[in-house]
Order: sequence, then C-alpha cells, then structure tokens
Amino acid sequence: MSFVLRRLASAVPTLFIVVTISFFLMRFAPGGPFNLERPLPPQTMANLMRTYQLDQPLWRQYVTYIGNAVTGDFGPSYVYKDNTVAELIGKGLPYSMELGFYALLLALIGGVLMGTVAALRQNSALDFSVMSLATIGTTVPNFVVGPVLTLVFAISLSLLPAGGWGDGSLRFLILPMIALALPQLAVFARLTRGSMIEALHADHIRTARAYGLPGRVVVVTHAMRGALLPVVSYLAPCAAALLTGSAVVETIFTIPGVGRYFVLGAINRDYTLVMGTVILIAIFVIVFNLVVDILYGLLDPRVRHD
Amino acid sequence: MAETSDTILAIRGLKVDFTTPDGVVNAVKGIDLDVRAGETLAVVGESGSGKSQTMMGIMGLLARNGTVGGSAAYRGRELIGLPPSELNKIRGAKVTMIFQEPMTSLDPLYPIGRQIAEPIVHHRGGSYRDARKRVLDLLELVGIPEPERRIDSYPHELSGGQRQRVMIAMALANEPDILIADEPTTALDVTIQAQILSLLRMLQQRFGMAIVLITHDLGIVRHFADRVAVMRRGEVVEQGSTAAIFERPSSDYTKMLLAAEPRGHKAPPLDSAPIVLEGRDVSVDYQIGGGLFSGGHRMFRAVDRVTVRLREGQTIGIVGESGSGKSTLGRALLRLIPGAGYYRFGSTDISGFDRARMRPLRREMQLVFQDPYGSLSPRQTVGEIVTEGLFVHEPSLSKAERDRRAVAALTEVGLDPEARNRYPHEFSGGQRQRIAIARAMILKPHLVILDEPTSALDRSVQGQVIELLRRLQDSHRLSYIFISHDLSVVKAMSDYVVVMKDGRIVEEGETAAIFESPREAYTTSLINAAFNV
Amino acid sequence: MTDITAPPLQGTPKTRSRSLFQLALIRFRRNRAAMAGCVILLLIAMFSFLGPLFVPHTYDQVFPSYVTIPPSLEPRPDASKLQDAIEGVAARARVRLDSFAVEGQSFTATISADEPIDPRATRYFDRANEFRDTKVDSSRDNGRTLMLTGKVDRDYFVFGTDTNGRDLLVRVMLGGQISIAVGLLASLVSLGIGVLYGATSGYVGGRIDNVMMRLVEILYSLPFVFLVVVLVVFFGRSFILIFLVIGAVEWLDMARIVRGQTLALKRREFVGAAEALGLTDWQIIRRHIIPNTIGPVIVFVTVVVPKVILLESFLSFLGLGVQAPLTSWGALISEGANNIQSAPWLLIFPSIFFVTTLFSLNFVGDGLRDALDPKDR
Repeated sequence: MSFVLRRLASAVPTLFIVVTISFFLMRFAPGGPFNLERPLPPQTMANLMRTYQLDQPLWRQYVTYIGNAVTGDFGPSYVYKDNTVAELIGKGLPYSMELGFYALLLALIGGVLMGTVAALRQNSALDFSVMSLATIGTTVPNFVVGPVLTLVFAISLSLLPAGGWGDGSLRFLILPMIALALPQLAVFARLTRGSMIEALHADHIRTARAYGLPGRVVVVTHAMRGALLPVVSYLAPCAAALLTGSAVVETIFTIPGVGRYFVLGAINRDYTLVMGTVILIAIFVIVFNLVVDILYGLLDPRVRHD
Repeated sequence: MAETSDTILAIRGLKVDFTTPDGVVNAVKGIDLDVRAGETLAVVGESGSGKSQTMMGIMGLLARNGTVGGSAAYRGRELIGLPPSELNKIRGAKVTMIFQEPMTSLDPLYPIGRQIAEPIVHHRGGSYRDARKRVLDLLELVGIPEPERRIDSYPHELSGGQRQRVMIAMALANEPDILIADEPTTALDVTIQAQILSLLRMLQQRFGMAIVLITHDLGIVRHFADRVAVMRRGEVVEQGSTAAIFERPSSDYTKMLLAAEPRGHKAPPLDSAPIVLEGRDVSVDYQIGGGLFSGGHRMFRAVDRVTVRLREGQTIGIVGESGSGKSTLGRALLRLIPGAGYYRFGSTDISGFDRARMRPLRREMQLVFQDPYGSLSPRQTVGEIVTEGLFVHEPSLSKAERDRRAVAALTEVGLDPEARNRYPHEFSGGQRQRIAIARAMILKPHLVILDEPTSALDRSVQGQVIELLRRLQDSHRLSYIFISHDLSVVKAMSDYVVVMKDGRIVEEGETAAIFESPREAYTTSLINAAFNV
Repeated sequence: MTDITAPPLQGTPKTRSRSLFQLALIRFRRNRAAMAGCVILLLIAMFSFLGPLFVPHTYDQVFPSYVTIPPSLEPRPDASKLQDAIEGVAARARVRLDSFAVEGQSFTATISADEPIDPRATRYFDRANEFRDTKVDSSRDNGRTLMLTGKVDRDYFVFGTDTNGRDLLVRVMLGGQISIAVGLLASLVSLGIGVLYGATSGYVGGRIDNVMMRLVEILYSLPFVFLVVVLVVFFGRSFILIFLVIGAVEWLDMARIVRGQTLALKRREFVGAAEALGLTDWQIIRRHIIPNTIGPVIVFVTVVVPKVILLESFLSFLGLGVQAPLTSWGALISEGANNIQSAPWLLIFPSIFFVTTLFSLNFVGDGLRDALDPKDR
C-alpha cells in the first residue's frame, strides 16, 4: 500500500513538469488562437485577449492556470467557444475509452495468442505467417487500414457501417476497433514471440521437462508466466495510447471521441484544449504505469514491493 | 561390456550430434556405460567432453538442434526414441536430475513448495494440498531449516546452497531409482559443496538410489564415487572402480588429469626483501539502494580495516568464499576503487592519489581477471589488446617497436606470435588467459594482482597457467597477490595466506602453517571442504 | 554450464582470422530475407533518386487534360482519342481524311480535297493540342492530295495522374526521396542526441545519471505527438525542420539503449582492465565503449527509420507534413485514402512502395540483430 502511495507521490512532480513544459512550449509558438487569416480589428482583439486573460503577464497566466487546473477547471476552449475544456473532454472521453478498451482487448489477446503459437512452432510456416502479419501490422499505417476496411466491409460488402457511433452497438465499433488494434496487436505478437522463445530456453524449463511435466504444463505454467512480463510492461504505454483516442481513427470513422481535439487544438492554437488533452494523456500514462508496476509485482515475486 | 544383473541403466553406442551453421558437431561419439543399482558412478571430463550431453540425450533434454542415437535402456526399457508422453512417466519419477545452477534451475516465479510438489502431483496424482505434507517432510529431510516457513519462499529468497537442497528435495520426491547430478556443487562455495555432497551420500544410504555424478572435479570423485568413467571429446577414455582409476590409471589422459591437481609450494622471500605494496587499515564501503528522491541509502562495508604488506618476490594468497570482500580488497589496493586507509607503493605514499596521479604508477602494478571471456574486448585484435598498456605509458613507441614488444610478450606467455592478428573469440579459455597475462606483462610490472586467474579454466589448463605464472614470477622477480576461493591452487602458489570472511581477516600466516595447523574453525572447515578430508 | 543450449565448441582457431564484424557480415549474408531486403531497399532508393532523370515530367507539372486518369502502359492520348481529334481537325480544314497513322511520337496522314489544298492547311493541325510541327511531306494529284507528317505529343502515365493532373509516377519518386531522406536524417538526429545523452548518463553515472534518466521518464509521459505537432506549428512546415523535430522526439529510446549498453560495458572486465592499465575515461569511451555499443545501435537504427517514416506520414495525414507541391509517401497515401473509391491507384502505388520499404527495413533489422547477436559468443 505504501508503495502505491509513494509512487503516486512521485507522480505529482512528473505531472507538474509535464504541464509546465507544455504550457510554455505552447505559448512560445508563434501565432495565437485569434490570429485568423483576416486580422481582427484591434479593439475586438483586445477585448478577446482581456476576456481570456491573455493580456496578463505570462507567469500570472501560468499561476492562474495551475491554480484552476488543480481544481479540475481547465478553462474555456478558445475555438469551441460554447464549451469548457472539461466539458469537451467529458463528452468525448467515454467514446474514446470504450473503443480503446475493445481495441486493447483485441490487441492483447490476439497478440499474445499469436505470439505464443509462433514461438512454439518456431521457424514453421505458421510462425512465418504470424510474423508476416505482425510486420504488416507495424508497417501499414492505420490511415491506410481504415479506408481499406471501409471500402471492403462497408462499401463493397455493405456488412458494417462506414463510420459514426450510431447507437454504440458493436457493429459500429468493429472496423475502428480493428484499425486501432492492428499496430498494437502486431507489437504484442512480436514481444510475446520473442520473450516466449527466450523463456522456453531457460534453465528452469529444462528442469520442468526433466521432471516429466507434460508439455502443456511446462508451457502454460512455467514458460508463459515469465514470458508475459515484458508484455505487461508494454501494457502501460499501449493502454494509455489506446484509451485516450486516436486522431487518425476517430477522423476516418467520424467518432466523437477526444483523440481529434488534440490535433485540432494544436493546429488552432487552442491553448486550453491542448493543455487539457496533455494533462489527460499524462495522467493516463502515469496511472497505467502504476497499475502495471503493481501487476508486475503480482506476477514476479522478485520485484514484489513491501 | 558385461552387463551384470543389477544394471539398471545400460547405455550402448550412444551418440549425440548438434547441427550448427558450421556443420555437424559430434558431441558424444557412441559410448557404452552401465549404471548399477545403488551405486555412485562418476562421469568425469573437462568442458566439451560430452559428459553432460550424454545424460541430456538420454533424458530427452537436448537443445533443438541436437539429436540422439544409439541405445539407453532403463530396466530393459529403451528410452531413446520414446515419445515425450511415455518418457514423462520415467523422468521425474524413476530417473531424476539436479543441475549445476541452482539459481536458474528453479522457476523464479513460484514458491519452492509448489515446485517440489509439482512432480509428486503429476506422477502420483492428488492435489497440491495433499502433497504439502510430503513436501514438508522432504524439506526437513534435505536440511532446510523451518520448513513450515520456507515452503512458501521463492527461490530468490534462498541462498545458493539452500536452492540446491530444494532441487535435491524435488529429485527425491518420487523416490527415484537413479539420480543424475550434473555438476551439483560447481556453483557453490567450498564449505557448502561439502555439505551438499554429504547430504547426497546420506540420502543415498537411506533410499538406495543410484547416483550418476557428472563433474569436472576429480577431487570430489575420489571420496564420493564407487566407479568412475573418464570422458574426453565425446568418448569414454577409461572406466573402472574409483580406487583402480586413482591408483592405476591406464590412459594418458586420466594420468594427465590426476597430475593436473596443482602441486608444489613456494618458498617465502627473504626478510630483507623490500615492501612493494602496503595497505594499512583498508576499508571499502558500498552504497546500496537509494535513488535521487527516495534517499535512505544504506552503507555496506565490503572490506573492514584490512592490512596487507606485500614484499618483493612474495605471493600472498587471499582466500575466502563469495562475498568475503577479497576481490574488492584487491582493487582497493591498486587504488582502482576508493577506500579508506593508508596506502604505500614502494616508498611512495599513495593514499591521497587521484586517478591522474595514479596513472603513471599503473605500469608498475597490474591486474589479471578471472573471466578470460569478459576481460578481453571482443572488438580488438590480440595485438591491440596486448599493446594497450604501451599506448598509455609509452605513446612515443613506433609501430614496429610496439609490434616487436607484442611478439615478445606473446612468446613469453607461450602463445604463437601470429595470434596478434586474430580476435579473442578465436581462442580457448586457457589461451585467452595467457593473452590477459601478456597484456599485464608487457609493461614489466613489479606487482600483479591475480583475481581468480584459474577459476574459469579446466584443471589441465589450470596447471599450465600456474606454471606460467610461476615462471614469470621467477624471471621478473614479481610480487603477486593471488585471490582465489580454490585452496589447492592457493596452497601451491603462495607463501603467505590471508583468510577472509565478511570483509575481515579471519586468519593469516605462512602457507605451511595455515594449512598444517589452522587456528580458526573457519579456516579448518575451508581446508577440510577443499581437500575432502 | 548451459549445455542445453550450447553445443560444445571444439577445434583450434582457424588459419584465417575474422573479426566479429566480419563474422557478423558472413552471418548476415547467409540470411536470405535480410539480403533480399537490402536489395529491395537499394532498388527503391535508386527508383526514387535516379528515376526522375528518366521521366520527362516534373513533379509539379500539371496536365489539365489528364486529371485523375487511371494508370496505363498505353501512351496518352490513345489511338481512338487521336483519331477523334484528327477527324475534328480535318472537318475544320474542310478536307477528307484518307489515312491516319501514329507511330511513336509522330504521325502521318493523307488528306485530300476536290480543289488543290493550300499547304497552310497544316496550321489547322498545329492548332490542335495533340499535334505539332505538321509538314507537307509530298503532294499528289496537283495538290489535291497531301501527305502530311508531324509530331504528336504523347505522354506515358504508368501510375496514372492525381486529382490535379500531375504524373503519379514522378510524385511517388519524389515522395520516396523525401520519405527516405526524412527517415535517414531524423534517425541520424535521434542517433546523435541519443548516443551522446545515453553514453554520458551511463558512463558518468551516479546523481547526474539519475537526473538525466528522470528527465527522459518525464519526456516519456509527455505525449510525443503533441511535441511534434507543437514543434511543427512552432517552426513551420519546412522539410529540414520536420526531420529535426521528429529526430528530437525519437531519441528517448536510443538514449535508454545506449545507457543500458554503457552500464553493462562498464561492468565488463575489459573496461576494468583498461582502467588498471591507466587509460583515461575518454580513451576508454573511445577505444572500448563506443566500438562495443555499435552493434545494438545499428540494429536500433533499423527500427527507428521505419518509425520515423511512419511518423512523418502521420504528420502528412494531419496536413502538417511537407508542403505541396512537394510531397512524401505519407502525404500521397493520405491523399489516396481520401480518393479511395474514385481513384484507388492514388492509394495503391504509394502504399506499395511505402509498405515494401518498411517491410524490407524490418527484415534487414531482424537480420542485423541475428548477425550481431552477442549471445553466440
């Protein structure tokens, strides 16, 4: 327990530094949210600046921002003028998280199964096909996978909807889920295969075989558990990335998640929106790192804490 | 070979081959061996003799690229070519094995109790709960203290000796007919080695199983085995009763192995010999744990107020088990790691010297490491490795002159000077150790610290390296500090012995005195363990 | 003894001496997939960088009459188009077209009329877009029949054209140049920063190492896409800045790997031996640390290059990549993805090159890893 608290405590400065870096990086970028193609009249501009407190010195803006952020107030969006950043994120996040969760399950289960099978049949045709698929997964960008899936399954075969959230039923989720999961599935498959091959060569696997344990037991109880450790480590960045939405997939499949805000915010210099998403992602990364550390401790007694 | 009625494992024409990218390697070339009920058969050989691969082949444990041929019959039942499901009825139940590395041979992720129970559950049925009682009995039997508490420990929470005891408990779980022990004590400290061997002997007397002891260490064999088979390059060179092998060895190879036990002794230097190196009240502390923000680091005292005086032409043997601080002391004396105390080199006080001020002195004091594989950079040629010291201390030397010196140094250590254009990976362990010695000797040092220089080598090679070191000492009036856990080598090499334990000197004195009449119980136990008294 | 994996090594050193690097090269050459990957990469690089010399079009040349035409090995305009065109011309010149043939880049035609034809009638031909330099070759029947020759402008669009009427073949070549260049240069940048940072952190160790690695950890939890996007917005979308920016965010893994290597090497006995010989830190780094980290670093570069190329394509997808008329494979693919139904070739051709390149890099990387794997020592 105290381990969890210690880790949480050390996460606070990390988060703080992330926020600080992002804040100043954003502000030093040339151009502001109201620099449109046709310049606004100076009076309007000044009013806008005052409304959003952009006329204040930078350090005061920073202090105000931090102060508000601690209470969960990330300010109003500059571009989506009727919404606060918290509202935008609150609206979009459930969609992104649901989609991301399914994609994570698909990537994890599919990748681990494929990697294990490939490792057990090392250098066979099966191994080769699994690894080819994994290579395709890592090399074909999902903005190619997305349109191709749409073309085949939605337009040519008319099996599934081409995009949108619809009623949120699985039919709408399948294509974006595949597009989102494929690269991560490939990573999991590669990781699992590699660590499984290594695990199968370990001395204690030889011991298990020397004691006449059936092959299934050797693989599942002895090799697999050790082989999953690197997979678990990768789970943290992967889960954080999938659950916070993908700009590409959400754009292609017109999903109302938070992934798009990030890019839109940056392009529009929507400072508060970008800051909000940065904090969101950083929190996800930190939380999942913590979860994975705990999980790791459960799996590996050597690093068990306390 | 005559098969007697009590033969329980008959090996006939056993072959093991490995397919490698460079062609097929015949690791075992058709050997015959018998294991009789209740006996101890020692299979002795140096690395690469095929002694382990023989047993791995029979047990179906070869690496992927290995194939086994010939015959091995356990109580009339052919084991070679048996499908794994059938073989699994025998291995772990009738024939069991323990391995060299007790650290890695147990699964790090499961408690030991569960691992011992696993073969019981699989071969006899029942649940893990049922097996618990038997596991506790087994732990008691192999001498694990507080079995009730230890049963749920993980391997990393046990010491090396305890882990090997756990392996033995696992091997005994199904009361096997044959226990194959593959270098069971090699990774352990000498005192622990002795305990494990006597445990095995006690258990054999109690359960009557046959033991096949695979080892490179003839010393163990003499007091432990009934019969011995000597293997070399995949063939059995000689086999017979232990007494016969030791008293009337018939093959040259066996004779050579027996002669390879280090012999001889060293006369102490004259009292008038000047002191080359002195370290007074040397202490070294290590910081363990502690990060940037976490604080709370603890200090660990690796060497605690040790005083060493080395005279010209003297060899001080520093003896101790792993963790005794002997290697740390060696590096501290050379000022390679920071340590407290007073240091003197010749007549120079070097206590306060930093790295830059030590640098010119480095050519006078050299270090040779244990691991001849790790101590040579794999990306340099032997010539570059050997002349590296000249590069620092005599940078003005011409290329031709450096090359001439390299040839001289390599010749002196008994290597073909042609070696200087090759890379370390092309040489055997003994040859690499010679290269490492040449690298130290090219600077014509006064003193060399030898940190386990023979421990990673086969016995026969060990003897040659010891001879080389002696010859170099005589011809250059060198002073050695010889750090080793191997008392037989220390006895042969040094004229003064320092026994260390937990960073402190337990006992010191002239070699003869220490070995003949040790004062401390710890020294006695070390000597007994090493010489199998 | 790890007998189970390592068969005993026997034999004395061979007469021919080979360094580890040479041995690795031999192993690499034996790996067919990796060698094939190398060859393919070389071919793709030649296609991208030398190809434009053999194609008469430039990457920004617009062909208004050929917008979004599908790929074909036939030259444009094709025979029937030309037939239509010449008939139109003949009608306008009020002559009869007796014969018409096109061969390569020239045509011959026979025209006739009831009255002698003014040779200036060739102007009618030149006026059409398709024909040039029409000349009267010979005349018969007192000028009532003229044999004409002239040039036809025919273009090959093997890959078709894009929605602006630009030759996709040249665009793919240019995209290749930019993607490959970004991939290599950004990897070099990340290599430079990563090696310097990692080696310093690992070798100096202690508190400085702690602080440096803590910074890396923080940068890891900073969403890197954000960094790239902000930096690109910050600096503008020039080609040089794009690879600098990508390199600047991709060095974290490299730094970790190099640090790990350095730490491991520091504990190796040959570094201890070098210290005992009196080498300075700098001499140790130069003679021992760097040569021994090269293997894993090279392998890692083959992982970074495809990653960088993908990242650049992602930027292009977001519209933050290189600016038109310049392009990259990523930009072409994202354009193609938008026109997937109407003009699938716009997606197919750049994708083939893109995916083949990444695939080959993967195989080369795997081959290098196997060849340089220190485990076989």
